[in-house]
Amino acid sequence: MLTKRIIPCLDVLDGRVVKGVKFLNLLDAGDPVAVAKIYEAECADELVFLDITASFQKRKILLEVVRKTAQAIFMPFTVGGGIRNIDDIRDILNAGADKVSINTAAIENPQLIQSASKRFGAQCIVVAIDARREGKLFRVFSHGGRKRCKLDAISWAKKAQKLGAGEILLTSMDADGTQEGFDIQLTKAVSSNVNIPVIASGGAGKLKDFAEVLTKGGADAALAASLFHFRTLSISQVKKYLKSKRIAVRV
Amino acid sequence: MILIVDYMMGNLRSVQKACLLTRKDCKVSASWREIEKAKKIILPGVGAFADAVKELKRLKIFDVLKDKLNSGTPILGVCLGMQLLFSSSEEAPAAKGLDIIKGKVKLFTGKVKVPQIGWNQLGIKDKNCPILKGVKNNSFVYFCHSYYCAPMDKSIIAGQTDYGAKYASVIWQDNIFGVQFHPEKSQANGLKILKNFLLL
Repeated sequence: MLTKRIIPCLDVLDGRVVKGVKFLNLLDAGDPVAVAKIYEAECADELVFLDITASFQKRKILLEVVRKTAQAIFMPFTVGGGIRNIDDIRDILNAGADKVSINTAAIENPQLIQSASKRFGAQCIVVAIDARREGKLFRVFSHGGRKRCKLDAISWAKKAQKLGAGEILLTSMDADGTQEGFDIQLTKAVSSNVNIPVIASGGAGKLKDFAEVLTKGGADAALAASLFHFRTLSISQVKKYLKSKRIAVRV
Repeated sequence: MILIVDYMMGNLRSVQKACLLTRKDCKVSASWREIEKAKKIILPGVGAFADAVKELKRLKIFDVLKDKLNSGTPILGVCLGMQLLFSSSEEAPAAKGLDIIKGKVKLFTGKVKVPQIGWNQLGIKDKNCPILKGVKNNSFVYFCHSYYCAPMDKSIIAGQTDYGAKYASVIWQDNIFGVQFHPEKSQANGLKILKNFLLL
């Protein structure tokens, strides 16, 4: 059967991994390719690169990182951050990424999802949604969480699916960085309303958080960053635990 | 020379990179002349069935490929490349595939999410299938697709995978091989399958 995926996310700034990755056995912990290789060896199911490079001029560095990573690993990887249009998507896919994740540009121009999906196939278009609780609803934020939008996460996810998104990468802004567990309600609300895979992100801290979001939350994959980078938990540890809880994973 | 057909449907770099581990003479090309000369062909591809058929025809590859396959040149179709070997697809009822394998490509139905994205198991049905040599039953491989192949002749199903129901994830008919998963993204198990094909 199809297994649940565990996905490490690397924040990349000007071609370097940030957030202080701590790998004892790694000479250069800022080298995205070296870090990607370690995660591949640890049985990560996929990788996500989130480019947080602000300056437009330095975007070319990202393509170089994507190219080098594609040369070095034999597993799927997704690139997100700062993607504005079809040309950006094409450049990243041509450099060797398997999927792109779009957030702000999709909110500002939903047609981008449709044209990208038609051109490159739904399977490589991930729509990233950052959401925060507001009373009973889940409000969507764009621009890396800085701008509040009119949309609510559930209807936006449904619309994204309709337009041709192949996957939703759902981040709870409330849970992100707390290490107190994923937002199960948010994940459940979105995953039960769409028929495309949902990757849950934000809040992973303990082994049981992963089990919860993949069962109660109905997520198809769980993503974490610092937790893996700081070696609080390793990917193999998480997967062994999930297996012991009879959750289908690749080990 | 091994030819990886480049028909503008997705990035072929990863397929080529994986092949180069085994053989140095792997070339990426969209030229029908190169295809005519090829000793072995890999037809990769992601995207839509109708667009792929259109591109193959526009590049004048469609008929050359058919002739090559009918004359016994080994081919490995990967993902959409596997689907293109079939007669037709529900994705684009008006478009006709290469029709080397009789059967239809169908949309996943039932209680599963579409597309299927992730690692699933490869159940080996035909142990004699040369590209599956040394691959353990129920090995994990990486899938990313919404449609699956349903061959009319079930005996050509060399491997199957369970997603809502069992479907053909590897087919083998004489010189024709197809895999629905991405061997180039499936780490050691996938690389083994590619290697087997390249060393046939």
